[in-house]
Amino acid sequence: MNVGIVSYGAYIPRFRIVPPEIGRVWGSDGEAMSKGLMIFSKSVPGPDEDVITISVEAARNMMRRTSTSPKEIGALYVGSESHPYAVKPSGTIVAEAIEASPHLTVADLEFACKAGTAGIQMCMGLVGSGMVKYGVAIGADTSQGAPGDPLEYSASAGGAAYLIGSQDLIATINGTYSYTTDTPDFWRREGQPYPSHGGRFTGEPAYFKHVSACAKGMMERMGTKPEDYQYAVFHQPNGKFPTRVAKMLGFTDKQIEVGLITPHIGNTYSGAVPLGLAAILDVAKPNDRIFAVAYGSGAGCDGFDITVTENISHFKLDAAPTIQQLIERKKMIDYATYAKYRRKIMMKEGGS
Amino acid sequence: MTTARFWRDNATRYNLMATRCGSCGKVTFPPRHVCPICHRRSMGKMEKFRLSGKGEVYSFTLVHEAPAAFELQKPYIVAMIKMDEGVMMTAQLSDCEYAEVKIGMRVKATLRKIGEEGAGGVIHYGYKFVPE
Ligand SMILES: [Zn+2]
Repeated sequence: MNVGIVSYGAYIPRFRIVPPEIGRVWGSDGEAMSKGLMIFSKSVPGPDEDVITISVEAARNMMRRTSTSPKEIGALYVGSESHPYAVKPSGTIVAEAIEASPHLTVADLEFACKAGTAGIQMCMGLVGSGMVKYGVAIGADTSQGAPGDPLEYSASAGGAAYLIGSQDLIATINGTYSYTTDTPDFWRREGQPYPSHGGRFTGEPAYFKHVSACAKGMMERMGTKPEDYQYAVFHQPNGKFPTRVAKMLGFTDKQIEVGLITPHIGNTYSGAVPLGLAAILDVAKPNDRIFAVAYGSGAGCDGFDITVTENISHFKLDAAPTIQQLIERKKMIDYATYAKYRRKIMMKEGGS
Repeated sequence: MTTARFWRDNATRYNLMATRCGSCGKVTFPPRHVCPICHRRSMGKMEKFRLSGKGEVYSFTLVHEAPAAFELQKPYIVAMIKMDEGVMMTAQLSDCEYAEVKIGMRVKATLRKIGEEGAGGVIHYGYKFVPE
């Protein structure tokens, strides 16, 4: 049985802040930070937005593009590291908001930045085995870096939703492969508002080692080479890492260009590869082959080999905003407004 | 408002679930058990009806003196929205500036956080409108 993508939808909050504005407040060189990270602005959620509202918006955009009945959805997973509740699944509210409730299984997933792609894999298994007709996998985050921490320049907000099925596919998932080890490069303990990270440790032994191993393992299993793909998307905590890992693996700048959106909106964590893949699907043509590798700290990678089908030519893309439209819909804010929206300012109880 | 009372209205607040009179076709929101036109003739004939979420700004104002729960969002826009199905709704208008809003402007419903019962309490989600 072929398993793949039936529809997808995305959402990015409209507020943006630029690195020089963050640097101005903390006495750091924001321009240099921007250049070093290859991030020119990052998205910021409004005070009335969180992972649940972002997931709902992405899932509704996904449903607007398909005639699939929400009642045929048998599973829904929301992958995030910033679920609004510690206990009370985000997915229950998303399922209700797209009228998929109550005959389905729902769970929230967590694996740093790759919880969304883990959801895609779970849906592939459920659909492929015939347990459910359709599954929904969402990756979304509203991550925060501690004030003054380098993470503050990149941690942003956004998400994308995928409807996984076995009929009327706009893209077939030819295979998936994961690579996982115990690597403490980045973590957040229960009850802590901000994450901790191993500084330089997050690069070589974490991101680069896992992404390379997963990419190589994926191509080995598929019997492919980088030049067999029109597009590639890698986890993008900044603009630099995916650009470098692509080069290391033999992918060209042209192959990763469309799916590299972190320079415009920052690191959307669990939303990163799902959003980058959505940017590619927005412009892809039948028979285009897409290579995707998501990375989650802790650490692990999920690789995907995807082929776009003929159905993409009559896909209702216009029924919801494209990634490019979401990127262009923006309002710049200063650090004070950002600090207020992200609740970095202590307030009297009752404010929200 | 209590958690249970909010929960009972989830279909209304998440998905704009209205009612339509099986006798005269009038759509009512929030949902009603009895049609305001047909009264007794509508008894047992009120059907669930999902609004499209699309409409236009009928009137609007800017709120400067916000209740504590909306402190972070002030000043914010509250608008009367004439839905395409004919019903009038009052809700917050988000994702736009006061100067950009015009009577007749097309808007659509979206789901946003509309409040929470303190830092440890339940979070309430419901509709707001944004430019279409
Ligand atoms: Zn009536």
